[in-house]
Amino acid sequence: MNDNANPLIEVRGLRKYFGSGPHPVRAVDGVNFSIREGETLGLVGESGSGKSTIGRMLIRLLDPTDGEIRFEGRDIAGISQHQMRPLRSRMQIIFQDPYASLNPRMRIRQILGEALDTHGLAKGKEARQARIAELLDLVGLRPEYADRYPHEFSGGQRQRIGVARALAVEPGFIVADEPLSALDVSIQAQVVNLLCDLKERFGLTMLFISHDLDVVEFLCDRVIVLYLGKIMEIAPTETLYHRPRHPYTQALLAASPVPDPAQRHEERPLLVGDIPSPANPPSGCVFRTRCPYALPACAESVPPLTEIAPGHWKACLRDDITAAVIRGHTS
Amino acid sequence: MDQFIYVLKRLFSRRVVLLAALMLLAVTALAIFFPMFSSVDPNAIAVMDRLKAPSAAHWAGTDELGRDLAMRIVYGGRYSIMIGIATAFFSVIAGTALGLLAGFFRKLDAPIMRVIDAMMSFPDILLGISLVSILGASLWNVVLALAIVYTPRVARVVRASTLVIRELLFVDAARALGVSTPRILYAHILPNLMSPVLVQLTFIFAYAILAEAGLSFLGVGVPPEIPTWGTMIASSLQYADRAFWTIVFPGIAIILTALSLQIVGDGVRDLLDPKLRKSA
Repeated sequence: MNDNANPLIEVRGLRKYFGSGPHPVRAVDGVNFSIREGETLGLVGESGSGKSTIGRMLIRLLDPTDGEIRFEGRDIAGISQHQMRPLRSRMQIIFQDPYASLNPRMRIRQILGEALDTHGLAKGKEARQARIAELLDLVGLRPEYADRYPHEFSGGQRQRIGVARALAVEPGFIVADEPLSALDVSIQAQVVNLLCDLKERFGLTMLFISHDLDVVEFLCDRVIVLYLGKIMEIAPTETLYHRPRHPYTQALLAASPVPDPAQRHEERPLLVGDIPSPANPPSGCVFRTRCPYALPACAESVPPLTEIAPGHWKACLRDDITAAVIRGHTS
Repeated sequence: MDQFIYVLKRLFSRRVVLLAALMLLAVTALAIFFPMFSSVDPNAIAVMDRLKAPSAAHWAGTDELGRDLAMRIVYGGRYSIMIGIATAFFSVIAGTALGLLAGFFRKLDAPIMRVIDAMMSFPDILLGISLVSILGASLWNVVLALAIVYTPRVARVVRASTLVIRELLFVDAARALGVSTPRILYAHILPNLMSPVLVQLTFIFAYAILAEAGLSFLGVGVPPEIPTWGTMIASSLQYADRAFWTIVFPGIAIILTALSLQIVGDGVRDLLDPKLRKSA
């Protein structure tokens, strides 16, 4: 991908294997991508496809088995946690489960204060007080809430506190690790809008991990489709949703519910079976065991990720699968 | 100060916790202050008064040497409570430190826990006997021996809880912020360990008083001239069929103290858990 002028993050040959021995679990198996400054990149895939593992490696909550992670040109894949510390104020994470991501024994003031203290921000009692109030206001919570404990809040409010904690250190890059999947649908919309606002306001670069295709379409500029630790397709959102070229992307889109019955299609090529074990992935193309278009050749070699149109990459041997618009779009 | 009163109010909002706290206060105060203002010698022997039943002169009766049991219980409380508190304190500190390190740092887990397992493979009382035999029978050596005996229990419980808490997302969040490891241990893991540790603390307090009695009974406890509730029961056991009061009254003292402490411990544990607090 040479079309990106300013990649904030460049990932090359990133791998994460869990366990040792002859069959380690290949959670992430050689992925390459980059995230441009100010861009929101979506990362979608089934459970177990390695989405969260990638997100966690980018901010070094997990150590990669192999590969490069370039943050502003500097490879951070192998640096020590100590060297990593100053960079931590530049990249933050919002977690999936707002019930587990806040320490139940700390008041909101302490939770946000810890973020500030760690990076020596807002020193002095008054500055600190003001900054905490500002952060709460930013995520739509009342400053008086600072003295409460996490259990006194609803899931949506807790997720807002998680967002405030991430923003406290003024990061440029945020990994949003399925920030909506633990929330009620009505609350999801609020949090999506909040993320949208903040993204605009602070020019945040974001890796948005989700399995909710509608939210990804709404929020993201480009989307990566992941399957069994490998990238199947990368494309700008518009292209991916209307002209998906990989059979897996097509199947994912087909499986996503469509609210308007008039736009539903009778025949949807739904996938059967489960995602194979990442400890023993299929030879060749990892998707071939569930692919309706698989050929004998698919078992022979791993299809490389190739650019089929500017910015549109897919890892599939077959070029004859045309872009059937599978899913109805009201847009 | 207001906050202190508020905390106390909440702690004692349950009648039984208040009762237990008062009981504990009374026992401790009596044990500390009575000997200060009294010239009675708890070891005064009166052969003519041997094994007298409780009466106006001797509220709790007398033991096999004619010593007043009520006096000895009050004096003995000093040592029993001290042994209980000191043992619980030291074993909780050592056990929490070891359990925290073993649970948090994976490389330390096996080395620490194998030593702990080895210690646990001895029956408590045997380990206690051998330790006191090696160290020599004195009050502090009994405390030290008992603390060593109970440290593995605390370490096991703390390690198990640490393993769970370590994986919670708020620890990841702290790591992502760059919070230092000592601070993660101190500010994120330790406070969330308080409930199981407090439970262990109150248990060990009660166990230590009983174990000291056991050691004394076997002749490796505190020296016999120091009256503890345990030594009193141990030395009078052979007269129990003729003079039940010799073991009943010290027994009641042990039970009441241990029970009160556990109830107060439960109360404090609930108080420390923000989820069980009514919002301020």
